[in-house]
Order: sequence, then structure tokens, then C-alpha cells
Amino acid sequence: MTLAYPISSLKAHPARLSPDYKSTVKRSPQKPLIIMRHTLSELTGPVYGHETVRENDNDLTIQHKGEPLGERIIVHGHVLDEDGRGVPNTLVELWQANACGRYIHVVDQHPAPLDPNFTGAGRTTSDASGYYKFITIKPGAYPWGNHHNAWRPAHIHFSVFGHSFVSRLVTQMYFPGDPLFPFDPIFNSVTDAAARERMISSFDLENTKPEWALAYRFNIVLRGKNATPMETK
Amino acid sequence: MSGITPSQTVGPYFKYGLTPNGEYEWNDAFDGNLVTPDTSGERIRVEGTVYDGDGKIVPDCMLEIWQADSQGRFSDPQDKRALPNTSFRGFGRVGTSKDGTYAFDTIKPGQVADPDGKPQAPHILMAVFARGMLLHLYTRIYFGGEAANAADPVLALVPADRRATLIAQQANCTGNAVYRFDIHLQGDNETVFFEV
Repeated sequence: MTLAYPISSLKAHPARLSPDYKSTVKRSPQKPLIIMRHTLSELTGPVYGHETVRENDNDLTIQHKGEPLGERIIVHGHVLDEDGRGVPNTLVELWQANACGRYIHVVDQHPAPLDPNFTGAGRTTSDASGYYKFITIKPGAYPWGNHHNAWRPAHIHFSVFGHSFVSRLVTQMYFPGDPLFPFDPIFNSVTDAAARERMISSFDLENTKPEWALAYRFNIVLRGKNATPMETK
Repeated sequence: MSGITPSQTVGPYFKYGLTPNGEYEWNDAFDGNLVTPDTSGERIRVEGTVYDGDGKIVPDCMLEIWQADSQGRFSDPQDKRALPNTSFRGFGRVGTSKDGTYAFDTIKPGQVADPDGKPQAPHILMAVFARGMLLHLYTRIYFGGEAANAADPVLALVPADRRATLIAQQANCTGNAVYRFDIHLQGDNETVFFEV
């Protein structure tokens, strides 16, 4: 079986059933997934460009009357495919908690304050080289109910499209050196240490703006068409 | 590069960013209505409920669909076939409601060939995301009563006793056709998912 996008690339992903993350137990399939050849349906994907993004949608600090509280940061990088090519003109969406670790979502009842000047949602498109950039504030860690004294490391959720419907990716970007890493079952659902590292942004002094904001670099690598020699089954 | 960025769950709080639907101070990039005024083809609704392994509804699920237009053409430059196309984009996204239900208003897609040139039955691709899902799942929505299902090369890969989970059944109603497609993430009626 020849696959245009090798499924061997998928081994970087977490197992769908990762019992330490308790919600996976009833939400992961138990029957085998069906392996199939990619058809045009899988090899194409939605194409959304600048018409989907309003001016300043990539700056989460200027969406309200005042500035949000917290540490202003620049989050930027490239959307790449596995072959190292930039993925141009692709939609990048993000959402995150505020500086106190509180989401604006109505279900979030963590007793930390909401910030009237921060929604926590943004979107942009990558440029011709795959480069994207957001300005936001650094999100806080927050507690969750998975186990006693469970806290999520600070993270920003990312949603990216890429070349096809099978390159679709939703992930979380973490910050370097977080002391909560060893204790987080979602982060550790990725069992390969090198793959986990790819979810951690790097501090970027070179692009840090003096007197204004720290920068973090986060490259997002999507499946590539020729990442490894074509599989034959 | 040495490997892709791993997937992580969409979590419980995606709604205000990805499917705000007027409930938050953020606009929807996408919604569940794929039909534009110039869209040709049979207008249909695909609706259903998402269930977990205990048969409980999943109220915090995000569903995305991707499909060809009524002529079997995708709105993507990678589809290089010389077929006329409308402004139909073929992509939709919704979050499930508090009762675990969802709906897309779209058109019945045309047929698309498989890599051997063999026609596939009309189908819609669906990606399923939720809290508790570390990596989204892919399934396919086929249409009940469609003669081409019998010769579809992908349905043929699926054990016969599981194929029904992929076939949306037409509801009894007047007006545009409504197809029911429930999703069972786990259990006896587990929906067939594809490793793609």
C-alpha cells in the first residue's frame, strides 16, 4: 500500500488511550482503525487565507479597551512540513488562559480572576515562507480535576491546517523549563522525549523587543508527503 | 526536520476560540453552514449526536467536515481537474451542543475517484476532536440508499458488520433531506475510524 503521507510519521503522536489522562478512557476507540489508501478526499484540504483573518487578530493584547494584565510576549515561528519546507498561507489559530490561568470559557470555574481586557483567542495566516507571529500575554498554570493536586503547565493551544485534511493538527505549545512537566499526563502522553521537546517553545533573545516583550519561538511541523521513503505493503 | 509536532487534546475550553457561535467576543472563522447562494447540488442536512464509551453524550466535541462539491470537485488548487466550481468551500466546523448534538447544512457531494480511478461513493470526511482525545479521529459519512455504496473501495475495507456505522440514514421529513449520523467514540456501536 503506497501512502502519499506516510503513516509512520504518526508515531510521534500520543496513544489515544493514555489512562493517566483519565478522560481518554471512555473517549478512545477500542476497535482497530481501518488503514486505507489516501484518495483525493484525504489529499486535499481546506484553503483559507487572509480573508478569514481581520487586522490585529494576531495581537491578543489590543482586542479590548485596555491592555490585558500579565507578561506581554511574542510567539512566533514557522509552520513547516516534515521535509523542512515552509507551509505558506495556512491558517493558524490559538486560544489560551489569561495570565492568572483562567479561561474565559463558561465551564472554567478556577477561582482566579477573569481579565476584562483579555479574550485569549487569535488567528493569523503564515506568510509565503510559512512564518507566523502572535503578540499575547504569557498564560498562567491552572489546576484541573484529573487527580489530586493536578496542574497543567502553562500552554497555548494551537490549531493548524497544512497541505491536506490529513495534515490537520491541534496541539499545545509549552514554555521552556516548566517545573510541572514531570507531573502532567497530557504532556507526557507523548512518550518519546524528543517528540515532547518539539512541543516546547524556545526562549528567543534575538527577537525579544527591548523595553517591551520577551519572544518565544515555536515551529510547528506537519506531516510531509515525502518524509520517509514510500511505504509498500 | 526530525519528526512532526505531536498532537495534544483540544481540551474542554476551545469553544470561545474555535466555535464561539455568538456566545463569546470572538467571530467564527467557520460554521456549520457550507451552502452559499450559488452552490449547486442537492441541499442536505447532516445531524447527529456524539456518545462516549458509556453511552453518555459528549457536549464538548468539535467536528470538522471536508467534502467535494456536487460534481465531485474539491475547493483546493491541488485538485487540478478541469471541472467548473462554485464558491462552495467544502469545509465546516461546529461544536456539539449541551445535549451532544450537531448539525451541518451542506450539499450531497459528487463522486470522487480512488487512486486507481475507481469511483468512490459520495462521502464526506469528518474529523472528531474533544477533551479526552489526544489525537483527533477521522471517519467518513456515506449516504443510505446510495447505490454506489456497494462498490465503494473504502467501505469494502470495513468488516461488513461495522459498515452501517459509516452510513448516514435519511430521516423521514419534508423539505431538504436530513441524514442522521451518530458518532460512538467507543463501545458496541463504535463508529469506524480510519488510520490516515
